[in-house]
Amino acid sequence: MSEKKSSIWLRIYSVLVYGFIYAPILILIVFSFNTQKLNIRWEGFTFHWYEVLFKDGQVLLATRNTVIIAIISTVVATFIGTMAALAMQRYRFPFYNTSETLMYIPIVIPEVVMGISLLVFFVMIKFTLGITTIILSHIAFNVPFVTLVVRARLHGYDKAIDEASMDLGANEITTFRRVTLPTIMPGVLSGAMLALTLSLDDYVITYFTAGPGSTTLPLRVYSMVRFIVTPEINALSTIWVAIIFIILVIGQVAQSKRA
Amino acid sequence: MISEEVSGNNKRKFSLSRLLRENPIAQGLFLISPANIYLFIFIVLPLLLVAGLSFLSRGTYGQVEFRFDITNYTRLFDPLYGKILLFSLGVGLGTTVICLVVGYPLAYFLAHAPTKQRSLLLFLILLPFWTNFIIRIFAWMIILRSGGVLDSLLQWLHITQAPLNLLYSPTAVMIGMVYEYLPFVVLPLYTSLEKIENSLLEAASDLGAPPWKAFLRVTLPLSVPGMIAGTILTFIPSMGMFVVPDILGGAKTILIGNVIRNQFLTARDWPFGSAASMILMLLTMIFTLYYTRKAGFGEELLV
Repeated sequence: MSEKKSSIWLRIYSVLVYGFIYAPILILIVFSFNTQKLNIRWEGFTFHWYEVLFKDGQVLLATRNTVIIAIISTVVATFIGTMAALAMQRYRFPFYNTSETLMYIPIVIPEVVMGISLLVFFVMIKFTLGITTIILSHIAFNVPFVTLVVRARLHGYDKAIDEASMDLGANEITTFRRVTLPTIMPGVLSGAMLALTLSLDDYVITYFTAGPGSTTLPLRVYSMVRFIVTPEINALSTIWVAIIFIILVIGQVAQSKRA
Repeated sequence: MISEEVSGNNKRKFSLSRLLRENPIAQGLFLISPANIYLFIFIVLPLLLVAGLSFLSRGTYGQVEFRFDITNYTRLFDPLYGKILLFSLGVGLGTTVICLVVGYPLAYFLAHAPTKQRSLLLFLILLPFWTNFIIRIFAWMIILRSGGVLDSLLQWLHITQAPLNLLYSPTAVMIGMVYEYLPFVVLPLYTSLEKIENSLLEAASDLGAPPWKAFLRVTLPLSVPGMIAGTILTFIPSMGMFVVPDILGGAKTILIGNVIRNQFLTARDWPFGSAASMILMLLTMIFTLYYTRKAGFGEELLV
């Protein structure tokens, strides 16, 4: 679309919406340094809640669980999802449409339904709920998203470069390793990034598939929100937000440098 | 060349690898199988179990009894649950409509922003949403709490005198939901609006259409795919939502998602919870199918 200047009202409106988007996060951060325990009014500056947070064993355990779950489920889902994307974008095979429909199911059903169905499934096959069940579930919802992202990147892929590689004597495996994979790597990486974010962020499915001792950070934050409600949550949130922001800004800068 | 690699004792392995090398159908099936098998075991099978469970009955102690029972479904249309179902539909549709209305001008602004600033502006919209979902909802709890940030601000501006008591009300739930799903509407709308050729608007203006008319007759219809994608991305998750009502709605606002959760974790009536899940799934699926058939889209969902 054109680059003509937007009207002043549209600009004011947009600034307000950006304010609406950022206000909650900023207030959260400011209140993490508040001496008042109830998170209602500003009273004075303190680092107290950060001290409390770093001594909180349950938060540390939840952090460890969250990281383990996110890394394993991302790696596995990226493998399965990339393979599926290659299959769907470059080959025709029996039950193609069925495979495609299968991919859309986890995206179009409400999370709560997926959560309870996995709970029912694990209980019925007598699989003890814990970290393993959470990882298996996260892989299930991540595979379709990885496939979607990698497929989008493969969309404009020119098969001629693969053929050129084969004409020059490379076999399929060498061609895949040296030509195809490096070309689609940005897509695979953004698929993996999406999977990582979805896994770190997931509350609903984790909630239904978690067992004793497998609490993740979102689950921990939720129970703190319901039962403790001190600025310790704000301190935890602030650190979380800071880490995510740093990762994203680094990613964005790296991407814009490459472009 | 191939024959050099073959040693006599693993003929079977050879034939399989040759099949994979030479037959594109076999290659495709090899690549798709892990995903198909995984999704069948962890998505389809569990859903089939829930579907089956929804026709069984609950025993006295919360166990599942293998006795055919249709009352799980009829109970859902009791006044009590029927009301919750309708209310959930209302909240889902309300969230979607408000998101569209709030998000449209912003998407329009983004599509018209100078190209250099666009990616930064888009990035700024997404940034807060990479933080944790529970954290964002908790932030609204602080803002909306009686005597909290919003009340203080409004009283300081002399707009209100007494606290609004917004937390633990349906209004708070709606605010939280709109906040949560706004980017899901803005992004697809932006993708649609950005694609509209400027020459179309110039043509409209050359033919004597005032800007508002050009907007109504050209821009708006061409952004329909974005609206549909945004609607689907918002409506489906908001229908099953139970976390926002839990945190911002207190015990007062109960959606169908809360009913399902409670049947599985507190009431322990799995057959009834399963029936409620099936109905919820059916509603969202009918909705999605209806809209995807109505207008071809796909790209908008990919952003």
